[in-house]
Amino acid sequence: MSEELQRETITQAPARQVVFRHRLATRIWHWVNAVAIIILIGSGMVISDAHPHLYWGNYGANFDTPWLSLPRFVDFGPVIGDWQITIPSYYSLALARRWHLFFALVFAFGLLAFMIASLFNRHFQRDLRLRLPDLHWRALWHDFRAHLAFRFHDPAHPDRYNVFQKLSYVGVIFLLIPLMIFTGLALSPGMDAAWPWLLDIFGGRQSARSVHFICASLITLFIIVHLTLVILAGPFNEVRSMITGRWRVPEGDGE
Amino acid sequence: MSRLISRRAVTAGLVTGAGALLTGCDAVGRNETAKALLFQGEDFHRTLQRRLQGRDALAPEYRPDQMSPRFRTNGATNPGTDEYRALAADGFRDWRLQVRGLVRRPLSVSLAQLRALPQRAQITRHDCVEGWSAIGKWQGPRLSHLLDLAGLREDANYIVFHCADRHGSTAYYESIDLIDAFHPQTILAWAMNDRLLSIGHGAPVRLRVERQLGYKQAKYVMGIEAVASLSNIGRGKGGFWEDVADYDWYAGI
Repeated sequence: MSEELQRETITQAPARQVVFRHRLATRIWHWVNAVAIIILIGSGMVISDAHPHLYWGNYGANFDTPWLSLPRFVDFGPVIGDWQITIPSYYSLALARRWHLFFALVFAFGLLAFMIASLFNRHFQRDLRLRLPDLHWRALWHDFRAHLAFRFHDPAHPDRYNVFQKLSYVGVIFLLIPLMIFTGLALSPGMDAAWPWLLDIFGGRQSARSVHFICASLITLFIIVHLTLVILAGPFNEVRSMITGRWRVPEGDGE
Repeated sequence: MSRLISRRAVTAGLVTGAGALLTGCDAVGRNETAKALLFQGEDFHRTLQRRLQGRDALAPEYRPDQMSPRFRTNGATNPGTDEYRALAADGFRDWRLQVRGLVRRPLSVSLAQLRALPQRAQITRHDCVEGWSAIGKWQGPRLSHLLDLAGLREDANYIVFHCADRHGSTAYYESIDLIDAFHPQTILAWAMNDRLLSIGHGAPVRLRVERQLGYKQAKYVMGIEAVASLSNIGRGKGGFWEDVADYDWYAGI
């Protein structure tokens, strides 16, 4: 790989260095997971429509007091022009569940495979490991100001993630997605029989349902910010790097 | 390539891609081959859950102080047929549960006989496919006890429940396999929250199969039939909602 890289950097204009940024496992998981997550959010909204109230505790139904009542998501389609935001576009709890439960398997086992691969290819250890100095307020402030100036990488080490990038990727991979999976499992009466501790961790099935929704909202927020930053950082280069693995260091940031 | 153009092009590409994915999902939902693949998820979940839970793993049971203050009804709340009205008027004295199909000794069991069998009481959580949960106390004989009395034949693989409530012209029906039929918490409940089961909740008898969702908990049970295959029941998918709306037959998730 390094030979190939060197050849490429020599043949390209020297100021516009190309670095190998994303390993194969990362690229495959990224796209498989992107498809799964869009389908899960779209079908999850239809499932929410069946009973759009959230509760804390073991039980929660119409005679109990919800802490949050949600709008009906299938009604949003016509509001945003021709756009459909749910799967399917119309209300069908049965079909939405089929989509949701199929892609839940892709989502969960995909994460597991990615985690194993990323331990072996050292993606986690090399790229995502947060060190204590990274979290010092001065480092965070520096990174924050860099973001405001649309500078998203360190010119000295363009192949590294910045601190906010690391924090958000670590948060999504190690916290939000696992929480989605385990709260989802806690909603299953069959899994509650197999693993009763699921209910103990989340404080009951309806609490798990609430946490499932909160984490889904946070992941949606992550996707919006992630896509915005991809667009700001140069979408062609960013998307290509997630397909081929090669990322061109933006102009003016090279040596 | 100018950076501005590439930015616009890629953004449009991403948005179009996501839009196409969402629109494509409706088309997939109409295609039989794609649907068959999507519906494989159910078998995968069933196999996985059965392996993880083992045959007799119990659904969680709760303390009396953890029960729902009010347990809502759902689905049919009164079969409303003349036959049912007549049975209810008499406190279900003339009601008989028919146990038939692939059994050595077909049975016709009265409510008094069901109450005379060894009983099991359990406080469990009822999870509706819609997402809500309610906790209540259920009491009745274990289904396995009744099936042992009737003597299941070797070729029986499923237990079908025929109910009194009608949806259009169709009487409700549901089915479970023998793993769930012989599970210790699978009972024919005639009492709920220490009172006789109300009509709204399925009087005189409702199935409790605690490791699955609400639509499997057949209400107004009139007959139990042991069968080798589900292909001759309704349209062949094993239950009313399974047949009319593509709900999963295995409702453990």
